Amino acid sequence: MSDSRTTTGMIELDAVHFARGDQVIFDGVDMRFGRGEVTAVLGPSGTGKTTLLRLIGGQVRPASGRVLVDGTEVSRARRKALYALRRRMGVLFQNGALFTDLTVGENVAFPLRAHSRLDEALIRRIVLFKLEAVGLRSARDKYPAELSGGMARRAALARAMALDPEIMLYDEPFAGQDPVSMGVLLRLIRRLNDALGLTSIVVTHDVKEAMSIADQVIVIAGGRVIGQGTPDEVRAQREQEPALAQFLDGAADGPLNAAEDEAPLSVDLGLGGGQ
Amino acid sequence: MNAVLNSIARLGRSVLDGAQHAGSMALFAIELAWVLIPTWSRPRDILQQVYAAGVLSLVIILVAGGFVGLVLGLQGYNILSNFNATESLGVMVALSLVRELGPVVAALLFAGRAGSAITAEIALMKTTEQLAALEMMAVDPMRRVIGPRFWGAMISVPLLAAMFSLVGIVGGYLIGVVVLGVDGSSYWGQIHEQMEAWDDVGGGAIKSLAFGAVIALISVYEGCRAEPTASGMARATTQTVVLSSLAVLGLDFVMTAFMFGA
Repeated sequence: MSDSRTTTGMIELDAVHFARGDQVIFDGVDMRFGRGEVTAVLGPSGTGKTTLLRLIGGQVRPASGRVLVDGTEVSRARRKALYALRRRMGVLFQNGALFTDLTVGENVAFPLRAHSRLDEALIRRIVLFKLEAVGLRSARDKYPAELSGGMARRAALARAMALDPEIMLYDEPFAGQDPVSMGVLLRLIRRLNDALGLTSIVVTHDVKEAMSIADQVIVIAGGRVIGQGTPDEVRAQREQEPALAQFLDGAADGPLNAAEDEAPLSVDLGLGGGQ
Repeated sequence: MNAVLNSIARLGRSVLDGAQHAGSMALFAIELAWVLIPTWSRPRDILQQVYAAGVLSLVIILVAGGFVGLVLGLQGYNILSNFNATESLGVMVALSLVRELGPVVAALLFAGRAGSAITAEIALMKTTEQLAALEMMAVDPMRRVIGPRFWGAMISVPLLAAMFSLVGIVGGYLIGVVVLGVDGSSYWGQIHEQMEAWDDVGGGAIKSLAFGAVIALISVYEGCRAEPTASGMARATTQTVVLSSLAVLGLDFVMTAFMFGA
């Protein structure tokens, strides 16, 4: 995969600042996601991994800095340009976000009906192909409530792929999955990316799984990038960056949770011990 | 002293909160206004919502209208018989319903039955990221989800109010004419003679149009701003019913003062 790496990324973040209230999520981060690659974005919970996807999708805008998707500045794009860009993106939401009133088949058909004038027979065929790709053809008449978690995730994946996107964004695709459906998803993400020539971003905190399929890995924590490169390169960077080592090892003690509970307990108890 | 200051501060804060709430609803209304016409490019979506909000509310509206008509017939008969004026029962029942009770009671019932459902549905769609999914599919949730639900409520309320009044008048007839023996031809005749198409029926229609717009706006707005938690959704649906009811009653007074006052 690394031979398809190009100097300009498909998606680039350029000195992006983003804050929610007083909490700084990104403090001037630069990131580059290569065309045709699977990039895993790793980091502890609450470090703004989902926010990253929302920045790329233009659902939130950075306070400063630029977010570029295939040369278009998402962070400044007007609504029309943004919607045109989103038609080229597929997003797998954390809980699938399937439309609960529609069957699996209708869910997959939804973006097709919204954005094309294809006749119903053709839409039916495309839906069958997409469901076949994720192994859910037989579930097309079921409602999302009747699916298991793993099936719902795959149904949502079929829907995200309906318009043949060039970019796929996965938000915590492995969260809450049993080992088998996790394996199925991992293989799907890799296969779809290679077969369709996609650019994929997988946001997750499952280090081992993500490292096993990713071409590139970006590790974020505390509003900045603490590791970047191929999985092997990132593993090699752990020496210089204690936070990275802690995260990759899953160690309980380290710089990542050092800031927690700085003040002595007696202060919160009102015993005045902190004074 | 401190207690007094605190309560003043609390009062100030709630006034500010209220003002902010009103402001954000106004901004939301402007945003919504932009998509109201484009929403009609998919009339099927709107029809579906008219069905969900309006047609499915028919039972409660018709039953309530019938009972209100029966009660009006009974009470009206008792009062009018003191003045030997029971032949005016029809017009009394009809005017009460068409001018006031039809629009107001139908709107209150609608807010409880359908407004809260609209709020809950939108809030749940937001909580489960369905609205975000629409956005990321380059489908505007405002046009696809919010707009049709607004129209569905807005169209349903006046129609339901008209049916409420109609059933109520029939209820008054049943109790007055069939049970209590008022002259049937004067029941209808007086309605025919004394009711004004524009002043009475038109006034009632304008009222229920306004109520429909207000309930529709509150319902979709509360759904959109609901916090994505269980208690947040509960608060949003409650807020829809409370705000809609107060808005309908308050607006009714203002509109009545303008239309029928002096």
